[in-house]
Amino acid sequence: MTIRRSAWAIPYGIFLIAAVALPLIMIAVYAFQDRSGSFTLQNFIKFFKTPEDLHTFIYSIQIALITTVLCLILGYPAAWILANSSLNRSAVTLILFILPMWINMLVRTLATVALFDFLRMPLGEGALIFGMVYNFLPFIIYPVYTTLHKMDPSYAEAAQDLGATPLKVFTKVTLPLSMPGVWSGVLMVFMPTISTFAVAELLTLNKVKLFGTTIQENINNGLWHYGSALALIMLLIIGITSAFADRDDKHADEKGGLL
Amino acid sequence: MAEQYESIIRLENLSKIYDGKKVLDHVGLDIKRGEFVTLLGPSGCGKTTTLRLIAGFIRADEGRILLEGKDIAGVPPHQRPFNTVFQRYALFPHLDVYDNIAFGLKLKKIPEAEIDKRVRRVLKMVAMTDYEDRDVESLSGGQQQRVAIARALVGEPKVLLLDEPLAALDRKMREDMQLEIKEMHQKLGITFIYVTHDQEEALTLSDTVVVMRDGKIQQIGSPRDIYNEPVNSFVADFIGDSNILNGTMIRDKRVAFIGHEFDCVDIGFGENVPVDVVIRPEDIYIKKDTTGEQFTGTVTSCIFKGIHYNMLVQTDEGYELEIQDYNAFEPGTVVGMHIHAGDIQVMKKDRVCNNFEGELLSPTSVRFLDAEWEIPETQIPVGTKISVQVAFNKVNLQDNPVDGTVEGEIYFMLYKGDRYHITVRTKNDEYIYVDTNDIWDKGDQLGVKIAPRNIKITPIKDYKDDD
Repeated sequence: MTIRRSAWAIPYGIFLIAAVALPLIMIAVYAFQDRSGSFTLQNFIKFFKTPEDLHTFIYSIQIALITTVLCLILGYPAAWILANSSLNRSAVTLILFILPMWINMLVRTLATVALFDFLRMPLGEGALIFGMVYNFLPFIIYPVYTTLHKMDPSYAEAAQDLGATPLKVFTKVTLPLSMPGVWSGVLMVFMPTISTFAVAELLTLNKVKLFGTTIQENINNGLWHYGSALALIMLLIIGITSAFADRDDKHADEKGGLL
Repeated sequence: MAEQYESIIRLENLSKIYDGKKVLDHVGLDIKRGEFVTLLGPSGCGKTTTLRLIAGFIRADEGRILLEGKDIAGVPPHQRPFNTVFQRYALFPHLDVYDNIAFGLKLKKIPEAEIDKRVRRVLKMVAMTDYEDRDVESLSGGQQQRVAIARALVGEPKVLLLDEPLAALDRKMREDMQLEIKEMHQKLGITFIYVTHDQEEALTLSDTVVVMRDGKIQQIGSPRDIYNEPVNSFVADFIGDSNILNGTMIRDKRVAFIGHEFDCVDIGFGENVPVDVVIRPEDIYIKKDTTGEQFTGTVTSCIFKGIHYNMLVQTDEGYELEIQDYNAFEPGTVVGMHIHAGDIQVMKKDRVCNNFEGELLSPTSVRFLDAEWEIPETQIPVGTKISVQVAFNKVNLQDNPVDGTVEGEIYFMLYKGDRYHITVRTKNDEYIYVDTNDIWDKGDQLGVKIAPRNIKITPIKDYKDDD
């Protein structure tokens, strides 16, 4: 008897249901329940009425935005240099840039803490942003590199041919055509940073609190319903971001992003 | 005053080296104002490299490019008054048809109204009016091609460069576009430099055809000249169908080939000189009546080609000729044939045997082509520089590359009526010429062997060392 090809997906399907779909449904259900199990919007109202949590939420988005922008400023030029065959002739340099992606994030974060200790620099907000940029930089370099690398060089030549200076070639052709990779990278950085908590605790000695920590605290303290509501709010933000990025992603076959 | 230069672009001694390989080898070319010049050749012949050098995307390693008498080496591509139609169009996918065409004009800060007028004018010229708002990716190949041409023309370049612009289109579309490009050229009066590997396209479109091979120009001439008077067997074989045969120039206006003597119009080759003879298939007149004909043979195949029939005829002397005629002659028919003196094209032979330079390693071995070869014992002192001659038909080709003394591949093949004349390229980019009856394919890997008795050596005199 032959097993149909689609049957191969069953193990993953089971995993998906158990580890992704079910918890998500549970979060959604808990978020709209009070302790007695009846439907309520109280959990969401509580969030807007708790200035501390609201503040942490806005602060987390700020940190995520700063991290993403810094990653973009550092990562785009790096990706551009890596993709430019006249500047970078070996694949080894690319590996060096991507290498941190292969190392556990916690290990990298602990190394950052050790580095700050060694340099006698205080841990705190600065260290947090540094650590996050360090952690997430490869995630922006790689998709941007892939789009630039795959881009037909005749586009740039055509622009030059039509009278564009090297700067205009970049702003009018290369940059717009690499946007799918940029969006992909932005999502890869923005979404995980917004929900970071362990990294923040280590790098700021618990001095700075991010939204991920708020969720964790509530859940740890048995406030499952409120914690679920907070998690759902965060998911909403992530969902909006990726929908926004998707809209700009119409040249699907040109993109070389990770998503 | 610019009109005083009859030549708009002049290439002087251009060479380009990629990874140690010379892809362009001292190319010189004069392109006249308003001329339609086609660079024609097989892939890797250097035609696209030449175009990219003119456009400025790459720099020459040697030589100069003159525009109206001035060297443009220091002028970056965006300042050169040329525009290019790229092979795969290279239309910007993030811009619509209008913005693609207006791209160059917007960079030049031309007023909006003027841009609008010019874009509409070129769109009309390429018959793409009403398409300005379309996404370029939604267009068919032919439509994209038209937009690419419009984009290149809208800036009113002095020279339009076209890099195999029709290669991606189907046959019917290609023929239509050929006519349109030719019309455009006549209407605009600007210089077109066109790159293609399609000889038919080159002959149809051009005022001047430049045939290239291995980075060198083989022949420059009008389509008619190139077709009727190819300078060597490569050009004859590449342009159109042809019978290329070994012959002997007996004296002026008299040549022998396929076992017969013919009158011809060529003079100045000398007496009893080996030559190549080219006869176009349509220039052999064929009849069922054999009386009074120059030679006779038997038809072996006959294929209808639309307008004419393509036939293969085995002559009584054993040569195979390709003949085209409006009448069909069934296989097995005995036919008589004749060739007019004016239709016989005689070419100097590039070479009559293989010539290598080498060194004597021992009384029974010699080194040439970076390999050691066995030879019959000789009295010449060991270490002497020698010249080696090997006849074309004495080179042995082995199916299995490792069976040969040197390895190589089939680089070029020419059927010469009764045998194949093959060019073998060795691993070290040297050429061995072979006559054989065996059928090989271009690109076949093989081994080369030469029997010791067929390697003829002569010492090179000392005074020759200097040249």
